Amino acid sequence: MSKITFVKHDGEELSYEADNGLSVMNIAVDNLVPGIDADCGGECNCATCHVYVDEKWWDKVGTTNSTEEAIMSLNPDRQTTSRLSCQIKMSDELDGLVINLPEFQY
Amino acid sequence: MSPIVIIGAGQAGGQAVASLRQQGYKEEIILIGDEPHLPYQRPFLSKQYLSGEHEEGRVFLRAEKFYNDHNITLRIGERVKSIDPNSRQITMENGELISYQDLILATGSRPRILNIPGSDLNGIFYLRTLDDVNNIKPTIQSGKKLVIIGGGYIGLEVASVAATAGMQVTVIETEDRILKRVTTPEMSAFYHQLHTDRGVSIVLNSGVSGFEGNDDLTHVICKDEKREADVAIVGIGIIPNIELAEAANIECDNGITTNDKCQTSSPHIYAAGDCSNHPNPIIGRRLRLESVPNAMDQAKIAASNIMGKEASYSAVPWFWSDQYEHKLQMVGYSADGNSQVLRGNKDKQHFSIFYLKDDHLVAVDAVNSAREFMVGRKFYGKKFDPIKLADEAIEVQDAVI
Repeated sequence: MSKITFVKHDGEELSYEADNGLSVMNIAVDNLVPGIDADCGGECNCATCHVYVDEKWWDKVGTTNSTEEAIMSLNPDRQTTSRLSCQIKMSDELDGLVINLPEFQY
Repeated sequence: MSPIVIIGAGQAGGQAVASLRQQGYKEEIILIGDEPHLPYQRPFLSKQYLSGEHEEGRVFLRAEKFYNDHNITLRIGERVKSIDPNSRQITMENGELISYQDLILATGSRPRILNIPGSDLNGIFYLRTLDDVNNIKPTIQSGKKLVIIGGGYIGLEVASVAATAGMQVTVIETEDRILKRVTTPEMSAFYHQLHTDRGVSIVLNSGVSGFEGNDDLTHVICKDEKREADVAIVGIGIIPNIELAEAANIECDNGITTNDKCQTSSPHIYAAGDCSNHPNPIIGRRLRLESVPNAMDQAKIAASNIMGKEASYSAVPWFWSDQYEHKLQMVGYSADGNSQVLRGNKDKQHFSIFYLKDDHLVAVDAVNSAREFMVGRKFYGKKFDPIKLADEAIEVQDAVI
């Protein structure tokens, strides 16, 4: 189990304990975290699980893959710490992970 | 207050309960499904679940804890017998009456059945449910002969998994090309070649008239010849489940007829997902879609309207299919176009076809080209410069005029 905190666009923090191996998207969906729609179920098809990784965690989370990059490339809210949350898997190294939520999904 | 009842525990039903709770609905929600499973994600069944890449736990939309935590009454493995819109009650198959405040029909669809001699032999399968795939999985064995009836997406996804697992795969198609109902000759040709290169034998202009065997299937009788088969999988389309609605005098026409609020002809009854025939303001006509994004979008819209937040359905349809290591993503309907532009390189299996109607974008088929797919979703209906579009040196979004 690892701890994860989602910070909503309005600043509200939602924290959960989650099993390692689950994706950040899975955790959000299971907990009804608002703003993560995850239409495609985690297959990097739809871009509806876009999040910003907190800067302190960016190096540990790892980099985007090419499909993810292509899917996010047109998002006007894209930032340097943008990821699709279906592509981030929880692990011991990510215990305490902080994820910031965008205002809208595209 | 009576509960909100949802009939159908698939993608639309599963999303509807989540959206209702997310939007603050506090009263009882009853989710009824005839399969003995929590809501799960169907797209994985013919792809990553069949291949063994994903375990069973991965296919469920949410873990059981979610339904407990959010106080959802799950009635799975149960069937509804009838709906009475006047008294706002449903009757379960065991005779139990359940009153509802609002009802969502998320009844989905079922496979079209091939009714020919020998159809009841062991070794003949349809692929629609988790149980179907659990029955099919042990038959996927290297060296065995699989005959797939129907060259649509389901059939071809199964062909891809089975051929990769070392089976001898034959696809029988009645039309003169695979995927004829859903895509253009260019895309059919690409997928025909891809499967042939992987050792799949594709037989066009054929058809199946019967199955042979004692208890177990041994042969499939095709129009052109009799073929040996250890396993046959039939994928010849799906039929919307509208019988409950029809019997309740709810308007149906190739699906349960809804308005832009996902409301049926009966005011407290909504329909979402594969079973709904709905207006699409962007495409400009009524559609019945067999697609996950549609099921989820409509479930959200139905939930919003039940919660008194006026919401209208308006979405560009999109689809995907995984075959071998290639990702196909599609937007809109290619048949709506009157010209097409190829971008990328078919031989490198990295290309997209943009379909334009009088230079306005109406569809994209993107093979391993996620960016082009996203452009298709974002700029649907916009005017494009076909020359720029064909030029990969120019960024795809810069082809918008």
